[in-house]
Amino acid sequence: MCKSELRFTGSGGQGVILGTIIMAEAAFLDGKSVVQSQSYGPEARGGLCKAEVLVDDKAVNYTKVTKPTCLMSLTQQSFDKYKDTLADNAVLVVDDSINVPKNIGEAHKVYKLPILSSARKVIKNPMSANIISVGAVNAALDLASKESLEDAVVAHIPKGTEKLNVSAMNLGAQMIKEYVH
Amino acid sequence: MATNRCRFKLLQGNEACVEGALAVGMRFYAGYPITPSTEIAERSSVRLPQLGGKFIQMEDEISSIAAALGASVAGVKSMTATSGPGFSLKQENIGYAAIAEIPIVIVDVQRSGPSTGLPTSPSQGDVMQAKWGTHGDHPTIAISPTSVQSTYNEIIRAFNLSERFRTPVIFLMDEVVGHMREGIELIPTEELEIIDRNEKMINGLPYAVGEREYIPHMPSFGTGSLYNITGLFHDDEGFPTNDNKMAHDEGLRLMKKIEVYKDDIIKYETIDTDDCDTLIVCYGGTMRAVLGAKERAKETGLKFGIFNPITIWPFPEEKLAELSKKIKNILVVEHNYGQILLTVQRIVKDNSNVHFLGKIDGTTISPDEIIKKLQEVNSNAQ
Repeated sequence: MCKSELRFTGSGGQGVILGTIIMAEAAFLDGKSVVQSQSYGPEARGGLCKAEVLVDDKAVNYTKVTKPTCLMSLTQQSFDKYKDTLADNAVLVVDDSINVPKNIGEAHKVYKLPILSSARKVIKNPMSANIISVGAVNAALDLASKESLEDAVVAHIPKGTEKLNVSAMNLGAQMIKEYVH
Repeated sequence: MATNRCRFKLLQGNEACVEGALAVGMRFYAGYPITPSTEIAERSSVRLPQLGGKFIQMEDEISSIAAALGASVAGVKSMTATSGPGFSLKQENIGYAAIAEIPIVIVDVQRSGPSTGLPTSPSQGDVMQAKWGTHGDHPTIAISPTSVQSTYNEIIRAFNLSERFRTPVIFLMDEVVGHMREGIELIPTEELEIIDRNEKMINGLPYAVGEREYIPHMPSFGTGSLYNITGLFHDDEGFPTNDNKMAHDEGLRLMKKIEVYKDDIIKYETIDTDDCDTLIVCYGGTMRAVLGAKERAKETGLKFGIFNPITIWPFPEEKLAELSKKIKNILVVEHNYGQILLTVQRIVKDNSNVHFLGKIDGTTISPDEIIKKLQEVNSNAQ
Protein backbone atom coordinates (compact mmCIF):
# COMPACT_ATOMS: atom_id res chain seq x y z
CA MET A 1 0.00 0.00 0.00
CA CYS A 2 0.95 3.66 -0.37
CA LYS A 3 1.42 5.69 2.78
CA SER A 4 -1.90 7.08 3.99
CA GLU A 5 -1.86 10.48 5.64
CA LEU A 6 -5.09 11.18 7.51
CA ARG A 7 -6.01 14.53 9.02
CA PHE A 8 -9.13 14.93 11.20
CA THR A 9 -10.19 18.46 12.07
CA GLY A 10 -12.96 20.02 14.07
CA SER A 11 -13.68 21.88 17.24
CA GLY A 12 -12.25 20.87 20.63
CA GLY A 13 -14.69 18.53 22.40
CA GLN A 14 -15.97 16.81 19.24
CA GLY A 15 -13.72 13.80 19.80
CA VAL A 16 -11.52 14.44 16.78
CA ILE A 17 -8.38 13.22 18.57
CA LEU A 18 -10.12 10.04 19.74
CA GLY A 19 -11.23 9.44 16.15
CA THR A 20 -7.61 9.34 15.00
CA ILE A 21 -6.56 7.16 17.94
CA ILE A 22 -9.21 4.63 16.88
CA MET A 23 -8.08 4.76 13.24
CA ALA A 24 -4.46 4.25 14.35
CA GLU A 25 -5.41 1.37 16.65
CA ALA A 26 -7.39 -0.36 13.89
CA ALA A 27 -4.53 -0.13 11.39
CA PHE A 28 -2.08 -1.24 14.10
CA LEU A 29 -4.23 -4.29 14.85
CA ASP A 30 -4.01 -5.10 11.14
CA GLY A 31 -0.21 -5.12 11.45
CA LYS A 32 0.49 -1.73 9.89
CA SER A 33 3.03 0.86 11.06
CA VAL A 34 1.23 3.88 12.46
CA VAL A 35 1.98 7.24 14.04
CA GLN A 36 -0.84 9.25 15.59
CA SER A 37 -0.47 12.79 16.91
CA GLN A 38 -2.53 15.90 17.60
CA SER A 39 -2.21 19.61 18.01
CA TYR A 40 -4.48 21.79 20.05
CA GLY A 41 -4.39 24.96 22.08
CA PRO A 42 -4.58 25.29 25.86
CA GLU A 43 -8.41 25.54 25.79
CA ALA A 44 -10.38 22.53 27.05
CA ARG A 45 -13.22 23.05 24.55
CA GLY A 46 -14.05 25.05 21.48
CA GLY A 47 -10.58 25.68 20.08
CA LEU A 48 -9.52 24.53 16.65
CA CYS A 49 -8.42 20.91 16.84
CA LYS A 50 -6.32 18.90 14.41
CA ALA A 51 -5.33 15.28 14.80
CA GLU A 52 -3.41 13.05 12.42
CA VAL A 53 -2.57 9.45 11.61
CA LEU A 54 0.10 8.11 9.28
CA VAL A 55 -0.33 4.51 8.13
CA ASP A 56 2.22 2.57 6.13
CA ASP A 57 3.51 -0.96 5.54
CA LYS A 58 7.03 0.16 6.38
CA ALA A 59 8.27 2.19 9.36
CA VAL A 60 6.93 5.74 9.52
CA ASN A 61 9.74 8.28 9.95
CA TYR A 62 8.52 11.87 10.05
CA THR A 63 5.67 11.94 12.56
CA LYS A 64 3.48 14.67 11.07
CA VAL A 65 1.11 14.71 8.11
CA THR A 66 2.35 17.06 5.38
CA LYS A 67 0.06 16.31 2.41
CA PRO A 68 -3.11 14.62 3.66
CA THR A 69 -4.44 11.86 1.42
CA CYS A 70 -7.60 12.12 3.51
CA LEU A 71 -9.18 15.09 5.26
CA MET A 72 -12.10 14.70 7.66
CA SER A 73 -13.72 17.93 8.84
CA LEU A 74 -16.63 18.56 11.18
CA THR A 75 -16.62 22.38 11.13
CA GLN A 76 -16.35 25.03 8.42
CA GLN A 77 -13.58 26.87 10.31
CA SER A 78 -11.36 23.80 10.55
CA PHE A 79 -12.10 22.82 6.93
CA ASP A 80 -11.16 26.28 5.65
CA LYS A 81 -7.90 26.18 7.54
CA TYR A 82 -6.75 22.84 6.11
CA LYS A 83 -8.48 22.56 2.69
CA ASP A 84 -5.56 23.94 0.67
CA THR A 85 -2.77 21.55 1.70
CA LEU A 86 -4.15 18.29 0.30
CA ALA A 87 -2.36 15.59 -1.67
CA ASP A 88 -3.49 15.02 -5.27
CA ASN A 89 -6.75 13.07 -5.54
CA ALA A 90 -7.36 13.20 -1.80
CA VAL A 91 -10.46 11.76 -0.16
CA LEU A 92 -12.52 14.30 1.78
CA VAL A 93 -15.11 13.23 4.32
CA VAL A 94 -16.89 16.32 5.61
CA ASP A 95 -20.08 17.19 7.43
CA ASP A 96 -22.82 18.28 5.03
CA SER A 97 -23.03 21.67 6.78
CA ILE A 98 -19.64 22.53 5.28
CA ASN A 99 -19.44 24.60 2.14
CA VAL A 100 -16.89 22.93 -0.18
CA PRO A 101 -15.55 25.23 -2.95
CA LYS A 102 -16.12 23.97 -6.51
CA ASN A 103 -12.40 23.67 -7.35
CA ILE A 104 -11.85 21.37 -4.36
CA GLY A 105 -14.84 19.24 -5.32
CA GLU A 106 -13.43 18.83 -8.82
CA ALA A 107 -9.88 18.04 -7.77
CA HIS A 108 -10.67 15.54 -5.04
CA LYS A 109 -13.16 12.87 -4.08
CA VAL A 110 -15.57 14.58 -1.70
CA TYR A 111 -18.11 12.85 0.53
CA LYS A 112 -20.49 15.36 2.12
CA LEU A 113 -22.26 13.37 4.81
CA PRO A 114 -24.89 14.25 7.42
CA ILE A 115 -22.50 13.34 10.25
CA LEU A 116 -23.50 15.83 12.95
CA SER A 117 -27.25 15.64 12.27
CA SER A 118 -27.25 11.82 12.15
CA ALA A 119 -25.41 11.69 15.46
CA ARG A 120 -28.22 13.74 16.98
CA LYS A 121 -31.22 12.26 15.14
CA VAL A 122 -30.31 8.66 14.28
CA ILE A 123 -27.82 7.61 16.99
CA LYS A 124 -29.43 10.10 19.39
CA ASN A 125 -26.10 11.09 20.89
CA PRO A 126 -24.21 14.10 19.50
CA MET A 127 -20.99 12.68 21.00
CA SER A 128 -21.08 9.86 18.45
CA ALA A 129 -20.20 12.12 15.48
CA ASN A 130 -16.53 11.14 15.70
CA ILE A 131 -17.38 7.43 15.59
CA ILE A 132 -19.64 7.95 12.55
CA SER A 133 -16.70 9.76 10.95
CA VAL A 134 -14.35 6.89 11.75
CA GLY A 135 -16.71 4.38 10.14
CA ALA A 136 -17.08 6.60 7.07
CA VAL A 137 -13.36 7.33 6.63
CA ASN A 138 -12.44 3.68 7.00
CA ALA A 139 -15.02 2.65 4.41
CA ALA A 140 -14.01 5.43 2.01
CA LEU A 141 -10.32 4.46 2.20
CA ASP A 142 -10.72 0.73 2.79
CA LEU A 143 -7.98 1.15 5.37
CA ALA A 144 -8.52 -1.35 8.19
CA SER A 145 -10.53 -4.55 8.38
CA LYS A 146 -14.03 -4.18 9.80
CA GLU A 147 -13.12 -6.49 12.72
CA SER A 148 -10.07 -4.44 13.70
CA LEU A 149 -12.02 -1.20 13.45
CA GLU A 150 -14.76 -2.58 15.68
CA ASP A 151 -12.16 -3.83 18.22
CA ALA A 152 -10.50 -0.43 18.15
CA VAL A 153 -13.79 1.42 18.69
CA VAL A 154 -14.76 -0.84 21.59
CA ALA A 155 -11.31 -0.47 23.19
CA HIS A 156 -11.55 3.32 23.36
CA ILE A 157 -15.12 4.10 24.46
CA PRO A 158 -16.78 4.05 27.89
CA LYS A 159 -18.07 0.63 29.00
CA GLY A 160 -21.78 0.24 28.37
CA THR A 161 -21.77 2.32 25.18
CA GLU A 162 -20.53 -0.45 22.87
CA LYS A 163 -23.84 -0.99 21.07
CA LEU A 164 -24.40 2.70 20.43
CA ASN A 165 -20.88 3.28 19.15
CA VAL A 166 -20.74 0.19 16.94
CA SER A 167 -24.01 1.26 15.33
CA ALA A 168 -22.52 4.76 14.83
CA MET A 169 -19.48 3.17 13.16
CA ASN A 170 -21.72 1.05 10.93
CA LEU A 171 -23.84 4.07 10.03
CA GLY A 172 -20.71 5.92 8.85
CA ALA A 173 -19.71 2.98 6.65
CA GLN A 174 -23.22 2.71 5.25
CA MET A 175 -23.28 6.42 4.32
CA ILE A 176 -20.20 5.85 2.13
CA LYS A 177 -21.63 2.69 0.58
CA GLU A 178 -24.87 4.42 -0.38
CA TYR A 179 -23.28 7.73 -1.37
CA VAL A 180 -24.25 9.15 -4.72
CA HIS A 181 -21.68 11.57 -6.16
CA MET B 1 2.53 -8.23 15.21
CA ALA B 2 -0.95 -7.73 16.52
CA THR B 3 -1.43 -11.39 17.40
CA ASN B 4 -0.01 -10.94 20.90
CA ARG B 5 -2.08 -8.10 22.26
CA CYS B 6 -0.37 -7.97 25.67
CA ARG B 7 3.14 -7.67 24.27
CA PHE B 8 2.39 -5.33 21.37
CA LYS B 9 0.39 -2.19 22.02
CA LEU B 10 -0.44 1.18 20.54
CA LEU B 11 0.81 3.64 23.16
CA GLN B 12 1.57 7.29 23.58
CA GLY B 13 5.20 8.21 24.37
CA ASN B 14 4.16 9.38 27.83
CA GLU B 15 2.33 6.09 28.46
CA ALA B 16 5.32 4.04 27.26
CA CYS B 17 7.49 6.02 29.70
CA VAL B 18 5.31 4.78 32.58
CA GLU B 19 5.15 1.19 31.29
CA GLY B 20 8.94 1.00 30.91
CA ALA B 21 9.44 2.49 34.37
CA LEU B 22 7.05 -0.07 35.87
CA ALA B 23 8.77 -2.92 34.04
CA VAL B 24 12.15 -1.97 35.53
CA GLY B 25 10.63 -1.67 39.03
CA MET B 26 9.42 1.92 39.60
CA ARG B 27 6.98 1.68 42.51
CA PHE B 28 6.66 5.31 43.62
CA TYR B 29 5.61 8.35 41.65
CA ALA B 30 5.00 11.84 42.97
CA GLY B 31 4.11 14.62 40.59
CA TYR B 32 2.15 17.71 39.77
CA PRO B 33 0.46 17.53 36.37
CA ILE B 34 1.59 19.86 33.59
CA THR B 35 1.17 19.70 29.81
CA PRO B 36 2.72 17.96 27.89
CA SER B 37 3.75 15.51 30.63
CA THR B 38 0.36 15.02 32.31
CA GLU B 39 -0.33 11.56 30.87
CA ILE B 40 2.70 10.26 32.80
CA ALA B 41 1.06 11.23 36.09
CA GLU B 42 -2.32 10.02 34.86
CA ARG B 43 -1.15 6.55 33.86
CA SER B 44 1.04 6.21 36.96
CA SER B 45 -2.02 6.95 39.12
CA VAL B 46 -3.88 4.04 37.52
CA ARG B 47 -1.06 1.53 37.12
CA LEU B 48 0.96 1.90 40.34
CA PRO B 49 -1.85 0.84 42.72
CA GLN B 50 -2.43 -2.23 40.49
CA LEU B 51 1.18 -3.31 41.17
CA GLY B 52 1.28 -2.47 44.89
CA GLY B 53 3.08 0.84 44.28
CA LYS B 54 2.20 4.31 45.46
CA PHE B 55 1.10 7.37 43.47
CA ILE B 56 0.73 10.76 45.04
CA GLN B 57 -0.23 14.08 43.49
CA MET B 58 1.61 16.69 45.53
CA GLU B 59 0.80 20.38 45.94
CA ASP B 60 3.54 21.47 43.53
CA GLU B 61 6.64 20.41 41.59
CA ILE B 62 9.12 21.05 44.42
CA SER B 63 7.31 18.81 46.89
CA SER B 64 6.88 16.17 44.14
CA ILE B 65 10.59 15.64 43.64
CA ALA B 66 11.11 15.87 47.41
CA ALA B 67 8.58 13.08 47.99
CA ALA B 68 10.16 10.94 45.27
CA LEU B 69 13.59 11.45 46.86
CA GLY B 70 12.20 10.37 50.23
CA ALA B 71 10.75 7.20 48.73
CA SER B 72 14.05 6.45 47.01
CA VAL B 73 15.99 6.86 50.27
CA ALA B 74 13.65 4.19 51.65
CA GLY B 75 14.76 1.89 48.80
CA VAL B 76 11.89 2.29 46.34
CA LYS B 77 12.64 3.10 42.70
CA SER B 78 11.04 6.52 42.23
CA MET B 79 10.15 8.89 39.44
CA THR B 80 8.68 12.33 38.93
CA ALA B 81 7.71 13.97 35.64
CA THR B 82 7.13 17.52 34.57
CA SER B 83 7.61 20.05 31.79
CA GLY B 84 9.42 23.42 31.33
CA PRO B 85 8.20 25.56 34.25
CA GLY B 86 8.05 22.53 36.55
CA PHE B 87 11.53 21.44 35.54
CA SER B 88 12.81 24.87 36.66
CA LEU B 89 11.21 24.31 40.07
CA LYS B 90 12.79 20.87 40.47
CA GLN B 91 16.36 22.08 39.96
CA GLU B 92 17.24 22.66 43.62
CA ASN B 93 16.36 19.10 44.59
CA ILE B 94 18.18 17.68 41.56
CA GLY B 95 21.33 19.14 43.10
CA TYR B 96 20.36 17.64 46.45
CA ALA B 97 19.97 14.21 44.83
CA ALA B 98 23.38 14.63 43.16
CA ILE B 99 25.31 15.42 46.37
CA ALA B 100 23.30 13.12 48.66
CA GLU B 101 23.63 10.39 45.99
CA ILE B 102 19.96 9.44 45.85
CA PRO B 103 18.83 7.53 42.74
CA ILE B 104 15.85 9.18 41.01
CA VAL B 105 14.54 9.58 37.46
CA ILE B 106 13.22 13.03 36.54
CA VAL B 107 11.24 13.15 33.30
CA ASP B 108 11.06 16.49 31.50
CA VAL B 109 8.72 16.52 28.50
CA GLN B 110 9.98 19.72 26.90
CA ARG B 111 7.55 22.38 25.67
CA SER B 112 8.03 25.74 23.99
CA GLY B 113 9.42 28.89 25.49
CA PRO B 114 10.70 30.22 28.79
CA SER B 115 8.20 30.56 31.67
CA THR B 116 4.78 29.16 30.70
CA GLY B 117 5.58 29.77 26.99
CA LEU B 118 3.49 27.70 24.58
CA PRO B 119 2.13 24.92 26.83
CA THR B 120 1.03 22.50 24.10
CA SER B 121 3.85 23.04 21.58
CA PRO B 122 7.09 21.13 21.06
CA SER B 123 10.60 22.32 21.87
CA GLN B 124 14.04 21.08 22.86
CA GLY B 125 14.91 24.17 24.83
CA ASP B 126 15.84 22.48 28.12
CA VAL B 127 18.94 20.63 26.92
CA MET B 128 21.39 22.95 28.64
CA GLN B 129 19.12 23.25 31.68
CA ALA B 130 19.30 19.48 32.03
CA LYS B 131 23.07 19.82 32.35
CA TRP B 132 23.46 23.12 34.19
CA GLY B 133 20.02 23.82 35.71
CA THR B 134 21.03 23.07 39.26
CA HIS B 135 23.92 25.07 40.69
CA GLY B 136 27.42 23.92 41.47
CA ASP B 137 29.60 21.32 39.81
CA HIS B 138 27.64 18.10 39.62
CA PRO B 139 27.49 15.04 37.40
CA THR B 140 24.65 14.83 34.87
CA ILE B 141 23.15 11.93 33.01
CA ALA B 142 20.45 12.85 30.50
CA ILE B 143 18.81 10.62 27.89
CA SER B 144 16.66 11.72 24.95
CA PRO B 145 14.38 9.17 23.21
CA THR B 146 13.31 9.45 19.54
CA SER B 147 10.22 7.23 19.41
CA VAL B 148 7.63 5.54 21.58
CA GLN B 149 9.65 2.29 21.48
CA SER B 150 12.88 4.06 22.43
CA THR B 151 11.02 5.83 25.24
CA TYR B 152 10.11 2.41 26.66
CA ASN B 153 13.63 1.01 26.22
CA GLU B 154 15.51 4.10 27.38
CA ILE B 155 13.50 4.78 30.54
CA ILE B 156 14.58 1.29 31.62
CA ARG B 157 18.19 2.27 30.99
CA ALA B 158 17.63 5.56 32.85
CA PHE B 159 16.54 3.68 35.99
CA ASN B 160 19.43 1.23 35.71
CA LEU B 161 21.98 4.06 35.43
CA SER B 162 20.38 5.95 38.30
CA GLU B 163 20.50 2.88 40.55
CA ARG B 164 24.03 1.88 39.59
CA PHE B 165 25.57 5.35 39.94
CA ARG B 166 23.25 6.62 42.69
CA THR B 167 22.60 9.81 40.81
CA PRO B 168 19.64 11.70 39.34
CA VAL B 169 18.98 10.83 35.69
CA ILE B 170 17.13 13.34 33.54
CA PHE B 171 14.86 11.70 30.96
CA LEU B 172 14.66 14.45 28.38
CA MET B 173 11.58 13.84 26.25
CA ASP B 174 9.89 16.40 24.02
CA GLU B 175 6.26 17.07 23.13
CA VAL B 176 6.65 15.31 19.77
CA VAL B 177 7.67 12.00 21.35
CA GLY B 178 5.56 12.40 24.52
CA HIS B 179 2.28 12.99 22.71
CA MET B 180 2.52 10.73 19.67
CA ARG B 181 1.20 7.20 19.52
CA GLU B 182 3.02 4.29 17.93
CA GLY B 183 2.82 0.53 18.08
CA ILE B 184 5.49 -0.87 20.38
CA GLU B 185 6.75 -4.08 21.93
CA LEU B 186 6.51 -4.10 25.72
CA ILE B 187 9.46 -6.22 26.78
CA PRO B 188 8.40 -7.89 30.05
CA THR B 189 10.37 -7.57 33.31
CA GLU B 190 11.68 -11.14 33.23
CA GLU B 191 13.44 -10.44 29.91
CA LEU B 192 15.13 -7.23 31.08
CA GLU B 193 18.55 -6.61 32.55
CA ILE B 194 17.70 -4.87 35.81
CA ILE B 195 20.29 -3.12 38.00
CA ASP B 196 19.49 -2.56 41.67
CA ARG B 197 21.57 -0.35 43.94
CA ASN B 198 24.33 -1.98 45.98
CA GLU B 199 23.46 -1.66 49.69
CA LYS B 200 26.40 -3.49 51.30
CA MET B 201 27.67 -0.71 53.57
CA ILE B 202 31.44 -0.58 54.19
CA ASN B 203 32.55 -0.57 57.87
CA GLY B 204 29.19 0.83 58.98
CA LEU B 205 29.90 4.06 57.04
CA PRO B 206 27.06 4.90 54.63
CA TYR B 207 29.07 7.17 52.31
CA ALA B 208 32.30 5.13 52.35
CA VAL B 209 33.55 3.76 49.03
CA GLY B 210 35.83 0.76 48.56
CA GLU B 211 39.28 0.89 47.02
CA ARG B 212 39.18 2.07 43.38
CA GLU B 213 35.43 2.61 43.80
CA TYR B 214 33.44 5.78 43.24
CA ILE B 215 29.97 4.86 44.40
CA PRO B 216 28.93 4.48 48.08
CA HIS B 217 26.77 1.56 49.28
CA MET B 218 24.39 3.07 51.78
CA PRO B 219 21.49 0.88 52.91
CA SER B 220 17.87 1.92 52.56
CA PHE B 221 16.19 3.76 55.40
CA GLY B 222 14.03 1.40 57.38
CA THR B 223 16.41 -1.55 57.08
CA GLY B 224 18.13 -1.05 60.46
CA SER B 225 20.83 1.58 59.85
CA LEU B 226 20.47 5.15 61.00
CA TYR B 227 22.53 7.77 59.23
CA ASN B 228 22.52 11.41 58.26
CA ILE B 229 21.69 12.75 54.79
CA THR B 230 22.49 16.34 53.89
CA GLY B 231 22.95 18.67 50.96
CA LEU B 232 26.16 19.91 52.56
CA PHE B 233 29.47 18.30 51.76
CA HIS B 234 29.76 15.48 54.23
CA ASP B 235 32.00 12.81 55.72
CA ASP B 236 31.57 9.07 55.28
CA GLU B 237 28.99 9.05 58.07
CA GLY B 238 26.94 11.63 56.22
CA PHE B 239 27.60 14.49 58.66
CA PRO B 240 28.41 17.98 57.31
CA THR B 241 31.99 19.08 56.92
CA ASN B 242 33.78 22.30 56.04
CA ASP B 243 37.07 20.53 55.52
CA ASN B 244 38.46 21.63 52.15
CA LYS B 245 40.24 18.38 51.42
CA MET B 246 37.15 16.35 52.19
CA ALA B 247 35.04 18.69 50.02
CA HIS B 248 37.55 18.35 47.21
CA ASP B 249 37.65 14.56 47.45
CA GLU B 250 33.88 14.25 47.53
CA GLY B 251 33.33 16.73 44.72
CA LEU B 252 35.93 14.95 42.62
CA ARG B 253 34.43 11.54 43.35
CA LEU B 254 30.96 12.75 42.29
CA MET B 255 32.32 13.89 38.94
CA LYS B 256 34.60 10.89 38.48
CA LYS B 257 31.88 8.30 39.08
CA ILE B 258 30.32 9.39 35.79
CA GLU B 259 33.51 10.35 33.94
CA VAL B 260 35.30 7.05 34.62
CA TYR B 261 32.32 4.96 33.54
CA LYS B 262 31.20 7.19 30.66
CA ASP B 263 31.55 4.36 28.15
CA ASP B 264 28.90 2.43 30.10
CA ILE B 265 26.60 5.47 30.03
CA ILE B 266 27.10 6.90 26.55
CA LYS B 267 24.86 5.58 23.81
CA TYR B 268 24.51 6.96 20.31
CA GLU B 269 23.24 5.94 16.90
CA THR B 270 25.02 6.56 13.60
CA ILE B 271 23.42 6.16 10.16
CA ASP B 272 25.40 6.17 6.90
CA THR B 273 28.41 7.92 8.46
CA ASP B 274 31.04 5.82 6.68
CA ASP B 275 31.03 7.72 3.43
CA CYS B 276 29.40 11.14 3.78
CA ASP B 277 30.46 14.75 3.27
CA THR B 278 27.65 16.11 5.42
CA LEU B 279 26.56 14.91 8.84
CA ILE B 280 23.37 15.89 10.63
CA VAL B 281 23.50 15.92 14.44
CA CYS B 282 20.02 15.60 15.93
CA TYR B 283 18.23 13.99 18.88
CA GLY B 284 14.75 13.35 20.33
CA GLY B 285 11.68 14.01 18.19
CA THR B 286 13.72 16.04 15.68
CA MET B 287 15.44 12.82 14.60
CA ARG B 288 12.15 11.80 12.95
CA ALA B 289 12.11 14.82 10.63
CA VAL B 290 15.74 14.14 9.71
CA LEU B 291 14.84 10.53 8.89
CA GLY B 292 11.93 11.90 6.84
CA ALA B 293 14.41 13.99 4.84
CA LYS B 294 16.66 10.96 4.41
CA GLU B 295 13.77 8.88 3.11
CA ARG B 296 13.60 11.32 0.18
CA ALA B 297 17.31 11.06 -0.70
CA LYS B 298 16.57 9.42 -4.05
CA GLU B 299 14.30 12.27 -5.11
CA THR B 300 16.51 15.09 -3.73
CA GLY B 301 19.91 13.57 -4.49
CA LEU B 302 21.12 14.65 -1.04
CA LYS B 303 23.52 12.30 0.71
CA PHE B 304 24.15 12.73 4.39
CA GLY B 305 24.93 10.80 7.55
CA ILE B 306 23.15 11.07 10.90
CA PHE B 307 24.59 11.21 14.42
CA ASN B 308 22.03 10.81 17.21
CA PRO B 309 23.31 11.20 20.78
CA ILE B 310 20.74 9.11 22.69
CA THR B 311 22.70 9.79 25.88
CA ILE B 312 22.80 13.53 25.51
CA TRP B 313 24.80 14.07 28.76
CA PRO B 314 27.57 13.06 29.01
CA PHE B 315 27.73 13.92 25.31
CA PRO B 316 29.38 11.27 23.09
CA GLU B 317 32.33 13.59 22.44
CA GLU B 318 34.93 11.11 21.25
CA LYS B 319 32.76 9.62 18.52
CA LEU B 320 31.72 13.01 17.16
CA ALA B 321 35.33 14.27 17.23
CA GLU B 322 36.41 11.18 15.28
CA LEU B 323 33.64 11.61 12.69
CA SER B 324 34.35 15.32 12.28
CA LYS B 325 37.89 14.60 11.08
CA LYS B 326 36.60 13.19 7.79
CA ILE B 327 33.44 15.25 7.31
CA LYS B 328 33.24 18.60 5.54
CA ASN B 329 29.94 19.94 6.87
CA ILE B 330 28.05 19.28 10.09
CA LEU B 331 24.46 20.48 10.37
CA VAL B 332 22.97 20.62 13.87
CA VAL B 333 19.17 20.35 13.77
CA GLU B 334 17.43 21.02 17.06
CA HIS B 335 14.26 22.58 18.32
CA ASN B 336 15.75 25.64 19.97
CA TYR B 337 17.92 28.69 19.31
CA GLY B 338 21.15 26.67 19.33
CA GLN B 339 22.08 24.64 22.42
CA ILE B 340 23.72 21.33 21.47
CA LEU B 341 25.16 23.47 18.66
CA LEU B 342 27.54 25.01 21.25
CA THR B 343 28.72 21.57 22.37
CA VAL B 344 29.19 20.42 18.77
CA GLN B 345 31.21 23.55 17.94
CA ARG B 346 33.43 22.94 20.98
CA ILE B 347 34.07 19.31 20.01
CA VAL B 348 34.42 19.75 16.25
CA LYS B 349 36.63 22.86 16.40
CA ASP B 350 37.98 23.53 12.89
CA ASN B 351 37.64 19.94 11.65
CA SER B 352 34.35 20.69 9.85
CA ASN B 353 32.11 23.66 9.06
CA VAL B 354 29.27 23.69 11.59
CA HIS B 355 25.84 24.86 10.40
CA PHE B 356 22.60 25.21 12.30
CA LEU B 357 18.87 24.75 11.75
CA GLY B 358 16.65 25.58 14.70
CA LYS B 359 13.12 26.73 15.47
CA ILE B 360 11.42 28.46 18.39
CA ASP B 361 7.89 29.13 17.07
CA GLY B 362 6.23 26.03 18.52
CA THR B 363 5.89 24.19 15.19
CA THR B 364 8.01 21.16 14.33
CA ILE B 365 10.97 21.28 11.97
CA SER B 366 9.85 19.55 8.76
CA PRO B 367 11.79 17.36 6.31
CA ASP B 368 11.26 20.12 3.69
CA GLU B 369 13.06 22.66 5.87
CA ILE B 370 15.94 20.23 6.44
CA ILE B 371 16.25 19.52 2.71
CA LYS B 372 16.27 23.26 1.95
CA LYS B 373 18.98 23.87 4.55
CA LEU B 374 21.08 20.98 3.19
CA GLN B 375 20.82 22.40 -0.33
CA GLU B 376 21.97 25.76 1.02
CA VAL B 377 24.93 24.13 2.83
CA ASN B 378 25.90 22.23 -0.34
CA SER B 379 25.69 25.27 -2.62
CA ASN B 380 27.84 27.34 -0.23
CA ALA B 381 30.37 24.53 -0.13
CA GLN B 382 30.80 24.51 -3.91
